[in-house]
Amino acid sequence: MTVRLEGQVRFGGRALFAPVRLELAAGRWTALLGPSGAGKSTLLRLLAGLPVAGRFEGRVESPFPVALMAQDAALLPWLTLRGNVGLGARLRGEAVDRQRIDTLLDAVGLAARADSYPLALSGGQMQRVALARTLAEDRPVVLLDEPFSALDPRTRLAMQDLAVRLLAGRTVLMVTHDPAEALRVADRVLLLGRDGLEEVAVPTGAVPRGPADPALLACQGALLQRLMAGAA
Amino acid sequence: MAGRLRGRVAGLVAGLLLWQGLIALTGLPPFLLPGPLAVAEAAHAFRSLLAMAALHTAAVMAAGFVAGSVAGCAVGLAMAASPALAARLRGPLLMSQIVPVFALAPILTLWLGYGMAPKVAVVVLVCFFPVAAAFLDGLDRPSPACMDLARTMGATRWRTLWHLRIPLALPGLCSGMKLAAAYASVGAVIGEWVGGSEGLGAVMLHANGRMRIDLTFAALAVLTVLAVAFHGVVCHGLDRSLRRFVPVPGGRGWAGEPRLSG
Repeated sequence: MTVRLEGQVRFGGRALFAPVRLELAAGRWTALLGPSGAGKSTLLRLLAGLPVAGRFEGRVESPFPVALMAQDAALLPWLTLRGNVGLGARLRGEAVDRQRIDTLLDAVGLAARADSYPLALSGGQMQRVALARTLAEDRPVVLLDEPFSALDPRTRLAMQDLAVRLLAGRTVLMVTHDPAEALRVADRVLLLGRDGLEEVAVPTGAVPRGPADPALLACQGALLQRLMAGAA
Repeated sequence: MAGRLRGRVAGLVAGLLLWQGLIALTGLPPFLLPGPLAVAEAAHAFRSLLAMAALHTAAVMAAGFVAGSVAGCAVGLAMAASPALAARLRGPLLMSQIVPVFALAPILTLWLGYGMAPKVAVVVLVCFFPVAAAFLDGLDRPSPACMDLARTMGATRWRTLWHLRIPLALPGLCSGMKLAAAYASVGAVIGEWVGGSEGLGAVMLHANGRMRIDLTFAALAVLTVLAVAFHGVVCHGLDRSLRRFVPVPGGRGWAGEPRLSG
């Protein structure tokens, strides 16, 4: 059983991209790259079963429940960090497993602030809470929609490392517009353009790859040249 | 804080001096425009009348504001929970605001008598709409990021309403209630003009009729202080109790949300 999407999205009668066939390798990270407005997030939303702006023609096979993490951490200001991490259980009317939540908050390094409110957190800390909330859902498929885009470079690298470590073994799709990020964390990188999906060469070696890894930089250079050629 | 207060007092004193000076210069007769001293004298002479009237008006405002807010919350919530009901209620709700309260007040007096009830009813009519509209608006436009989360988390409709949409709508509700608190005095005075002999509105009407313009002004001054104080107390209380519900800054999608302070 795999997560698969086939089809295309029309927006006001015009196709956003040529028909695509997207298949997520089980237990692996797939990164979806592309310029703004290419339809990356639309594909992710379709896999998540969320409403999209355009009209989708095709079919989605998403046999597993998914967990979602987006650029907006969407922490609720009236709940403590513990309450935010346990939001899913609360929304489903299930018993909240306090011990598990504390373990997850510990894993993202925020155990000491479990009882405080998100108002005083930095952007990076908010995304760490969001990551713990995503893990609390314990879903086999995790969809990341530009989760680290608003973070400063150092925090972003730290978050990538943390996410790769904590999401290991799950089927992950990450939408990003940052080539370096995609090449660092993903086992497979796909580029979405007008002509549909294209495979991008990925450096060998285990993820997360070092940001100064020569193979990664070579891939990144080639990818950037390709993006520039595509934009011309 | 102290500097701002001093500035306000200075502005008030300057305004009063200007007022008194204008009277002295133009020689306007006191039955057209009494000076601040004459108004102060009237306020002193009729202090127990004004105090009783102010108490009555304050009670009408408070009762009407509370009842109007409760009714507004209930209608906003019901409309948000049921789109079919919302479609059906939209017209009648708008009608209740298009018909002037002035036109309705005599009818309310006819139905509810000359006691406090018709006056409270006018305040309810005035307060109810901004509360219902602001709450419904907040309930209907929750943060998209939160709604996406709720969907992927498999939340039920009612739990989403209770745990997300209502708390997310509280800042909007708060804005509506502040607006309603500002309108409450208008409703109370209209109610008092039309029916009965109690309250600041009635005092103003009777004083005007007997050419006691100084007493009219005195009642107006008391009403102004009362209205400003009422609005201030309501705003302070709302801001304090809703502190926790102000959106987390920095997150995307929150930028346009109203702030609670001010």
